[in-house]
Amino acid sequence: MNFKRNLEVALNGIKANKMRSALTMLGIIIGVSAVIIMISIGQGASKSITDEISSMGSNMLMVRPGAEQQGPVRGAGGSVNTLTMEDAEAIAKLGMIANAAPTVSGSATLAHGSETWTSQYNGTTPEMQTIKDWSTTSGSFLTDKDVSEATNVAVLGQTVVKNLYPGGTNPIGTKIRINKLQYTVVGVLAAKGSSMMGQDQDDVVYIPVTTAMRKMLGQKYISQITVQAETQEIMDSLENSIESLLKERHDIQSNEEADFNIRNQAELIETVESTSAVMTMMLAGVAGVSLLVGGIGIMNIMLVSVTERTREIGLRMAVGATDSNIRNQFLVEALVLCMLGGFTGILLGVAGSMLLSVIAGWSTSITIYPILLSAGFSAAVGIFFGYYPAKQAAALDPIEALRFEK
Amino acid sequence: MKTTIKLEGIKKVYQLGGTLIHAARGIDLTVPEGEMLAIMGASGSGKSTLLNIIGCLDKPTEGAYYLEGQDVSQLSKTELASIRNKKLGFVFQGFNLLGRTTVKANVQLPMIYAGVGKSEMEDRAREALGWVGLSAYLNHLPSQMSGGQQQRVAIARALVNNPSMILADEPTGALDSRTSVEIMSVIQQLNWEKGITVVMVTHEEDIALHCGRIIRVKDGRIISDTKVTNSRNAAEELAAFPVDDAEVV
Repeated sequence: MNFKRNLEVALNGIKANKMRSALTMLGIIIGVSAVIIMISIGQGASKSITDEISSMGSNMLMVRPGAEQQGPVRGAGGSVNTLTMEDAEAIAKLGMIANAAPTVSGSATLAHGSETWTSQYNGTTPEMQTIKDWSTTSGSFLTDKDVSEATNVAVLGQTVVKNLYPGGTNPIGTKIRINKLQYTVVGVLAAKGSSMMGQDQDDVVYIPVTTAMRKMLGQKYISQITVQAETQEIMDSLENSIESLLKERHDIQSNEEADFNIRNQAELIETVESTSAVMTMMLAGVAGVSLLVGGIGIMNIMLVSVTERTREIGLRMAVGATDSNIRNQFLVEALVLCMLGGFTGILLGVAGSMLLSVIAGWSTSITIYPILLSAGFSAAVGIFFGYYPAKQAAALDPIEALRFEK
Repeated sequence: MKTTIKLEGIKKVYQLGGTLIHAARGIDLTVPEGEMLAIMGASGSGKSTLLNIIGCLDKPTEGAYYLEGQDVSQLSKTELASIRNKKLGFVFQGFNLLGRTTVKANVQLPMIYAGVGKSEMEDRAREALGWVGLSAYLNHLPSQMSGGQQQRVAIARALVNNPSMILADEPTGALDSRTSVEIMSVIQQLNWEKGITVVMVTHEEDIALHCGRIIRVKDGRIISDTKVTNSRNAAEELAAFPVDDAEVV
């Protein structure tokens, strides 16, 4: 007897008892849809976090000065002044780099008319806008000319605009004072919201890096170089080449500690991703337990079904069914129940997680992986929990089975 | 004439809760092809054991059983299943039809295990049901039919693989007397017209007298073996029965 015949016999068995079959499948349906919904919530959460990190600018490497070391005493990170504009220019000439922008920053009191506001100013180059993928709502960002001529122009974040222009006047072209120095506002940045760490990203003023170094701080060193790699894959190798380039420029032997450090955004994303992967696994594990319970439900019903159909089994044996025919019949029946339940569960799970994101506004992400996983798992449940009842059925003695009274 | 059944010194011993039960204590029996044989005996006499051994549902503890010349007493379970499928047909007291499947599907059941093709299964089920006079009931469920009709479906199922022998275990045990005669006429017909050997167990003398030979079993032994010289003709009896409109098929 081939598989197709077995399938027909099993389908007839399922059709003959629709209510019981539906209840049996319910366990698998709930289990599979729970696995899919849980994984999609976990992956959705992970995706929204990595998106958030990427919103700070994607594929970023941050080069910062290292700690000062005097004998056994080690100063705070960034306490030595070693990075220069020339370093930044040298890095920008490396291959695989999309953008590189030097930054110096300081805190300042801003004033427009009678309104004042304390904020942070960043001296940087036009590349910063591309790196942060930050558009302006009006005016424009800094230009190369601003940097080369060290002009007194400023680009304001939304929070700064809100506090300096409470009347709602257009800031473009107006004069503001930053630490008493007069600047012309040339651009207003779009709102970016708060960062992952709860920092208000809009509370910022950008001015040309040269202006900041010469007129505001009077220093020759820069506090950070932000580098954007062309792709995420090359970030590690790029990190290595920046390190060797700077070591060479700063004349540092390979056994000495570098006077700078490089923070790789990919590492941050990896950390976050592995954390949320643990969360996802935990959610899926809980849902997996319900799938297991569903499987045990199938075994339970199949055992009842074997007892209930003892006479049928006896008759089938009398008219020529072999032990393996009977075993396959019940095995295929359990398998079909699980697969039908699994399929319904997949549909329900996908619909459920879509509903969650539409109605409850949760970010969910459906990938093929949990669908394949739960489809495979429900088939495995069918075979595993169907085998024992099927074996029981096949082991029946036809004479006893025919004589069996319900 | 060819021999269908040849039993030589068949013994069967069961162990039931520590005590040994001798259900057959040395049975010799020869049944020629085309015979209609009734096995009679009180309950516990061993007649069911004998029928189960003849029907290849059970193996003898000792002795040899030749079915159409082939020794089947030591075959494996799977080989016995194949013999039951191809050479034997079963009719039971309780009909044993699958309640939730149609009459046609019930009749097709033995062919599923014989690996018969779809269209041939359809044709042969129609033919067998036609032969027992139930062509109009192909898609009925057994629960929608009378006991006599259900037993006819069971006979059609027994016929469908063209067996050389039909085994009937109290085929009229659950039926009223008129329907019993009706079923006996179908069984006689398949014995006379198709030449199929029939072995049936019964404890009703009236029913046994429709057969050509009666053996009586007691304590696992055959105690008498008689030819019925003038066996009853069920079809003629049926004609003499008062006709009940509700019973007409």
